[in-house]
Amino acid sequence: MQSIISMTDIRKVYDTGKVKVEALKGIDLQIGSGELVAIVGPSGSGKSTLMNLLGCLDTPSSGVYQLGGENVQGVTRDQLAEIRNRRVGFVFQSFNLLPHITAQENVELPLLFGGVAPKERARRAQELLDRVGLGERFDHKPTELSGGQMQRVAIARALAMDPDIILADEPTGNLDSTSGADIMGIFTELWKSGRTLVIITHDPALARRASRVVEIKDGRITSDHRNEIAA
Amino acid sequence: MSNTHVILTLFKSSSQLQKKRAFLTIAAIAWGTVAILLLLAFGEGLKRQLDRNRRATGENLAVLWPGETSKAWKGMPPGRPIRPRIEDAEMLQKQMPDLKSAHAEVVAWRTALTWGRKTVNGRVMAAHRSYGDSRVHYPRPGGRWINAADEEQRRRVVFLGDELARDIFVKEDAAVGQTLLINNSPYTVIGVMQKKTQMGVYGGPDENHAVIPITTFKSQFGRDRAWVLVIETRSSEAMKPALKRVNEILGQKYGYDPTDDRAFGTWDMVESSKGMKVMLVGIQMFLGIVGGLTLIIGGVGVANIMYAVVKERTREIGVKMALGAKSRWIIWPFVLEALVYTFMGGLLGITIATMLVTAMGFIPTEGNRVMEFLGKPTLSPAIGIITSIILGIIGLLAGYFPARRAAAVDPAATLRYE
Repeated sequence: MQSIISMTDIRKVYDTGKVKVEALKGIDLQIGSGELVAIVGPSGSGKSTLMNLLGCLDTPSSGVYQLGGENVQGVTRDQLAEIRNRRVGFVFQSFNLLPHITAQENVELPLLFGGVAPKERARRAQELLDRVGLGERFDHKPTELSGGQMQRVAIARALAMDPDIILADEPTGNLDSTSGADIMGIFTELWKSGRTLVIITHDPALARRASRVVEIKDGRITSDHRNEIAA
Repeated sequence: MSNTHVILTLFKSSSQLQKKRAFLTIAAIAWGTVAILLLLAFGEGLKRQLDRNRRATGENLAVLWPGETSKAWKGMPPGRPIRPRIEDAEMLQKQMPDLKSAHAEVVAWRTALTWGRKTVNGRVMAAHRSYGDSRVHYPRPGGRWINAADEEQRRRVVFLGDELARDIFVKEDAAVGQTLLINNSPYTVIGVMQKKTQMGVYGGPDENHAVIPITTFKSQFGRDRAWVLVIETRSSEAMKPALKRVNEILGQKYGYDPTDDRAFGTWDMVESSKGMKVMLVGIQMFLGIVGGLTLIIGGVGVANIMYAVVKERTREIGVKMALGAKSRWIIWPFVLEALVYTFMGGLLGITIATMLVTAMGFIPTEGNRVMEFLGKPTLSPAIGIITSIILGIIGLLAGYFPARRAAAVDPAATLRYE
């Protein structure tokens, strides 16, 4: 199995001036292509920090992080933006759709940053919205959509640039159980079609559906096990 | 995909400013634009009016008053008075063919001018006939200026300043053809001067005097010493060498050191108009700076709004960054937005200022002493260009600094839970 994510002795220290907080104390993590990984842990465990590092929103204080074979250390902000654009698709708990533009325009944003031509952008956005079952609502603004629908738009947006990994941060945290199950269904389908997904959650039900569960506590990985079945 | 395409697409899709806020921002810029435009227009009007008033005295003129020598010369001590004669003007003209003209002036102060039973005390000036063109004495319709025949035949004719004509005849058009007694000798009025607003004055304003041929004056008053000699050159550059040559010629005739600048008191109008031009540029710069500062306050308003907008859209910016937006794609839509507000405010300001200046153009200047001096506010292309450049710079700066803060947003920090 080919490794998409390779973290070696990753540390992250937040220097607030007075106090230094070590959020991650040496993480070693390999995630292979086609895995559906749940990262679980209590709040304050370093989950969010790990998610920021995985998504290239932040860089580690020390350690080596390779995403799709590409070194993430020592790059400029703009290069980091480019890596995010090509390799990471984000799904957030609070959706983070831009409220004043339509669903389709939201899905088109990563394509715009990726340098895709306008017609191709529209075609792909339409295709992806169809795939998450929102093809007919392409011209709705996020405020005109339900939470579950918004999250589906966000998933379509995350898929737009055909990234190496989908990084979901508590994707069902703001949804009722039905919509949550819906979203989880989509994730499972994506996984079955060969996508690599990393889901950060504290929801045990969600974690049970992952092929692998990584637990962190106090900045360290405390357990890493594979589930027999995920369906 | 070009950067421009990305920036424009992002600009079009970025959220709109609240109407009230946008309006206030635009109004602040419009206000500043109106201020700078009106001040500059006022300065331009003043400049043009002063230029017109200056030209009403005449152009490329130098007036020479008799003085006293201050240097010893060929055995003669300093302190000798120099008293030029009327014919010196003719001599200068003959010896300096490059001069446009040279004339002498003689004045009889407080002379009785009588028409019928009415007597007015006025200034009677006698001059060579080239005085008319040099000193901008143009006749009102129906009149004429002193001609060669008047001079040769020592005719008793008089040309009146318009104010003096009104004093005597009430209506200046009633004067031509009338007989006026000057020191009890009858003179025929041949013309009345067209109204002009004059800035440079020696002896008194032209509108208050009467001019008679210098030959007539000599025979009636029996004086042949000139009050002043006036030379007119063909160009402003010719003035300095001409004055030097005049002193050489007169120095030889009256025996004084040609470098002695006290032998004649000299008013070089070319030189003094240069000084005035410098002063006017200074005034315009001052007005421009005052207006510019007002405009900058508007710019600070735009920057302030943009900072607030950046703060409000922090999450939006963070999302775009997470999706792969580079710094320039964050910065430029903001700058563009600031430029749009500045541009709209500027356009509004220019429209209002143009309307105001046009409206002020309808206020009559005639008879209004203040307006005759200040002139009408005038907008020129240069003013438009200067204002546009200042607006552009202000818009760029007002957008750039807030946008830089936007580009410094940490996406990781903004995207964390609600």
